[in-house]
Amino acid sequence: MTLSPSYVNLAYLVASVLFIVCLMRLSHPRTAVSGNLLGSLGMLIAIVVTILVVKPDRAGLAIIAGGLVVGAAIGATLALKVHMTAMPQMVALLNGFGGLASVLVAGAALHEITDLAGMGAQLSISIIASGLIGGVTFWGSLVAFDKLQGFWLPEKPILFKGQQPLNVVLAGIVLAIAVWMVVNPGDSYATYWAIVAVASILGFLLTIPIGGADMPVAIALLNSYSGLAGAATGFVLNNNILIIAGSLVGASGIILTTIMCKAMNRSLMNVLLGKIGEVGTGPSADSIYAGKIKSTTGEEVAMLLDSARRVVIVPGYGLAVSQAQHAVRDLTTLLEQRGITVEFAIHPVAGRMPGHMNILLAEVNIDYDKLKEMDEINPSFEQTDVAIVIGANDVVNPLARTDPQSPIAGMPILDVDKARTVIVVKRSLSPGFAGIPNPLFALDNTLMYFADAKKALLEMIAAVKAA
Amino acid sequence: MLAIFVGFYVITKVPPLLHTPLMSGSNALSGITIVGALVSAGTQHSTLTTWLAFAAVVFATINVVGGFLVTHRMLEKFKKRN
Repeated sequence: MTLSPSYVNLAYLVASVLFIVCLMRLSHPRTAVSGNLLGSLGMLIAIVVTILVVKPDRAGLAIIAGGLVVGAAIGATLALKVHMTAMPQMVALLNGFGGLASVLVAGAALHEITDLAGMGAQLSISIIASGLIGGVTFWGSLVAFDKLQGFWLPEKPILFKGQQPLNVVLAGIVLAIAVWMVVNPGDSYATYWAIVAVASILGFLLTIPIGGADMPVAIALLNSYSGLAGAATGFVLNNNILIIAGSLVGASGIILTTIMCKAMNRSLMNVLLGKIGEVGTGPSADSIYAGKIKSTTGEEVAMLLDSARRVVIVPGYGLAVSQAQHAVRDLTTLLEQRGITVEFAIHPVAGRMPGHMNILLAEVNIDYDKLKEMDEINPSFEQTDVAIVIGANDVVNPLARTDPQSPIAGMPILDVDKARTVIVVKRSLSPGFAGIPNPLFALDNTLMYFADAKKALLEMIAAVKAA
Repeated sequence: MLAIFVGFYVITKVPPLLHTPLMSGSNALSGITIVGALVSAGTQHSTLTTWLAFAAVVFATINVVGGFLVTHRMLEKFKKRN
């Protein structure tokens, strides 16, 4: 079967349109499932058409089939086995594989060129971009994955003296090799892999200073890179569908990155350089907490909830760590059975990736109508009887509003302190990622519940049932 | 350029609720590099390019299959109950 070029282009166009429709439909929970399916249909069309165009011989078909089967098996296993709480790692890993695929495809395309010396600058630059962005994406994502999974890199920023100068030097080296490759295309085989190697080191070094709470930004940015790497590969192969799909993903990642940065009131540079916590000023923890901390128990919370009409739950990363999402759901159901309104206040950067808390709560069948964004729920805290903060800290720290010297000054926060009573479930008074004390804990209307999130919730549920 | 414009236009409408599926879904889309991988794998220019292409097919397929499937799994949980 032979496909004429116009049919091929038409098929690619259809696939591209399906990708765009896919992203459009992902903007609402009701249409998102079908959007995702349409996206995969577009991908299927692109794959089938490509195989028909290439018309591989038997050996080629075997290689393609082998690659598809192995990849599909690994991909499906990962996707079906991964726990919802491990979703940030999963997304990081997939970003990385996207980057790696771009490095490999551009590498293969380069080695297929027999007349290296005759390679134009445009092709050179596209190949360099694929290798560079792809390499940074792959290693950056592996570091992000490792930090989230907690294998061997610590979650906190890894900073050392001369880190920035080293990165600048490496970037200079990459640039120099790139210029060399454009000017002397005859050496491209060696120079390309040298670029990939330096880009890999750079990807590693650029991601290690990013701390746990800044991971949403890092993941969104790497997401964008994986798209840009794909788009660059599209220029290498002169293939429109790669350019289109890659650009879509690149744009999407950049927007998410911007949203995450805004939600922390920090510049992208500040996040990427791991700079939070350097400003060590402000009142000490002792002077804020001394004699003002009141700790509470399940029974007391049950009494408060008994007379409450409106309860707002503020989930944070501590909820994910303690896998307390089922307990939260049970408490919610229990309270609703007693006629209490329960809503969830979701800070944009709560957790370790964009939308992390929403996924966790959706997993346990909490209706998404109850998950409120910051701007929507903030005005309602004054009418809230009880706010329960579970494993969140910096995103509810009033210092962001009051202390212009604070490292989190100006960061939009959830105004839980305005609720009649605030219950903070937390294992200790230890500071959050920003490394500063939280005056919320010492407020007159705040009660501290010192326990692991799951344990605390189970105790509350038992007490409410007994009351 | 048009794709970038469309991308910006479309993505700004996605609510935070769906940011994670958006990322994993767009992740699957970035697996489109599989098209390039398939071309190289089918051409088998040399042993080296064939192996590079094979590896690329594997990783891009992980991206595509893993990305779409995990997105589907997540979105299923957002379905309205009752």
